[in-house]
Amino acid sequence: MLVLRLAIRNLIGAGLKAWLNGIVLSISFLAIITTQALLKGMYEQTAESMIEAQLGGGQYWHNDYDPYDPLSFQGAHSEIPEALEEMIEKDRATAVLVIQGTIYPEGRIRPVVIKGIDPEQHVLNLPTQVIGQDSDPIPVLIGYRMSEATGLQQGDSFTLQWRDANGTFDARDAKVSLVMKTSVQSIDVGQVWVPLGRLQRLAEMRGEATMIVLHRDLTDGPQLDGWSFKSQEYLLKDVTEMVRSKSMGSLIIYVLLLCLALLAIFDTQIFSIFRRKKEIGTLMALGLTRGRVIKLFTLEGAMQAGLGALIGAAYGIPLLSLFADKGWTLLETTDSYGFALGEKLYPIFTVGIVAGTTILVFIATTIVSYLPTRQISKLEPTEALRGRML
Amino acid sequence: MTSAEPLIKTKELVKSYPMGQQRIMALDRVDLSFKEGEFAGLVGPSGSGKTTLLNIMGSLDVPSSGSATTMQRRIEALTHQEAAELRNRHIGFIFQTFNLLPVYSVFENVEFPLLLLGCPAEERKRAVMRSLELVHLADRHKSRPSQLSGGQSQRVAIARAIVKKPAIVLADEPTANLDAENSHNILQIMENLNRELGTTFIFATHDEKVIGYLRRKISLTDGRVSRDEVIQNNTERTG
Repeated sequence: MLVLRLAIRNLIGAGLKAWLNGIVLSISFLAIITTQALLKGMYEQTAESMIEAQLGGGQYWHNDYDPYDPLSFQGAHSEIPEALEEMIEKDRATAVLVIQGTIYPEGRIRPVVIKGIDPEQHVLNLPTQVIGQDSDPIPVLIGYRMSEATGLQQGDSFTLQWRDANGTFDARDAKVSLVMKTSVQSIDVGQVWVPLGRLQRLAEMRGEATMIVLHRDLTDGPQLDGWSFKSQEYLLKDVTEMVRSKSMGSLIIYVLLLCLALLAIFDTQIFSIFRRKKEIGTLMALGLTRGRVIKLFTLEGAMQAGLGALIGAAYGIPLLSLFADKGWTLLETTDSYGFALGEKLYPIFTVGIVAGTTILVFIATTIVSYLPTRQISKLEPTEALRGRML
Repeated sequence: MTSAEPLIKTKELVKSYPMGQQRIMALDRVDLSFKEGEFAGLVGPSGSGKTTLLNIMGSLDVPSSGSATTMQRRIEALTHQEAAELRNRHIGFIFQTFNLLPVYSVFENVEFPLLLLGCPAEERKRAVMRSLELVHLADRHKSRPSQLSGGQSQRVAIARAIVKKPAIVLADEPTANLDAENSHNILQIMENLNRELGTTFIFATHDEKVIGYLRRKISLTDGRVSRDEVIQNNTERTG
């Protein structure tokens, strides 16, 4: 308790030097917290967009379906199991038929993935109702990235070709009903969405599907022969991995920032012990044990972290609240990173992030403060008293 | 401890330091003892061993051989913690350069030894103000050391040394950085404290002004006691 009181007095007495260290530490605090909050926001935002527009609560995949192998699509379909059919009828799931195809916009050839989906579904947040009419040309929904890549605009017609279940090539005219704005690239790039019933008929795959997407409230389902259940966690694995790799990059930045702040503390401690040698001698002469002098100096250094946290809180809370509220407007190039972020990224500041960072900085500061004070244990009071006072 | 027993006793006390291939003998077989209430001085030129002897008696240093006993504790046998406790409870120090803690106020500087002793706040406050009154600085209790003159700083150091009512005050060249007027001023204060409180004062000095106040003068030459004299009526006070 005494050492704590003395440390507080000394910290207050240190004046500008303590404030400068506190400010440097507060910058590190905020940089680390903000980086982590941005990464959390990036993950949560991406995951939420993907769950809403693509993943739902989880998916049943046909056992032959491999989204990374278009050649697998041809055989990856079968009749929808009865248990899932019931869920689809209750609007708790929706079926998607995936086949490989080709489009010929403006005479050019482009391979695409054709996805059939029930226009009346409410499981995924997609504007599928725009492809509701069973008419010719086939109504098609595409994303804006697909539109940019192919030059197709709303109302444009093009030729859509596919192979049916028997391996026969077939083609029809199709017309873009809507170019949807979506942040999820994996439902956009290289894909055309058509009415499920129409695709099942045209591809000779009546009543069949490649995957069944469950409503987001349903995160589990029964075991079914020929189908495998993919959980949200599994489906978000790529995003998790991407965020993890980004985290590693950010880790380097904030380790550097933290090192800079800690270097300032270390430097101050070394300088302090050298400059305050006579003070250390006086404290010993007055009856303070070496152990308590070491504690005092370590605590003084560690309290810099406390001061940094207070300074950081003073300007950080309003600043970061504003940031969390207004978000960070992303550059168009951010879209190429592969995250479904949209136009703005909203950092998520959690108690865990703030408390974790504070504890991390406190521990690091305490260790860095302690290291130079070990010199004191070798210092004889008489040597210390011969040192410089001011 | 009875008043007949010495507060400090040294026997065959030797302190030597290595210097290159040789050893420098700072103290050479010093036999001394100090009783309660003494106002004594270790006198001699620079390098005669005054400060070294003072440091050993104050448990800031240990003898190379022989023994030193302060308040019946053998200095050479003390651990760092025991030595710190001995200093904290029984010994007050006054230094040539005052050694006030710069970020503390006058009050806080004087209060410090009592904090270490764990005195209650009210008792601390009373004791600090009493000590400051004894050195005529009660009105400056809120000042910082940087706002004080040399004489005032040394008076604060005296107040800090006596605030815990120690049995012994060890003063190392206490007047070296003071002018004559301030020197006499603080010496008179210390003399009064010695008479009023019965505190033993031991000085390390070569200042004639200090010598003029001593009631016992121990002359050191090359680490040895060359003369130990009791002065009944000191009339050597110089301006």
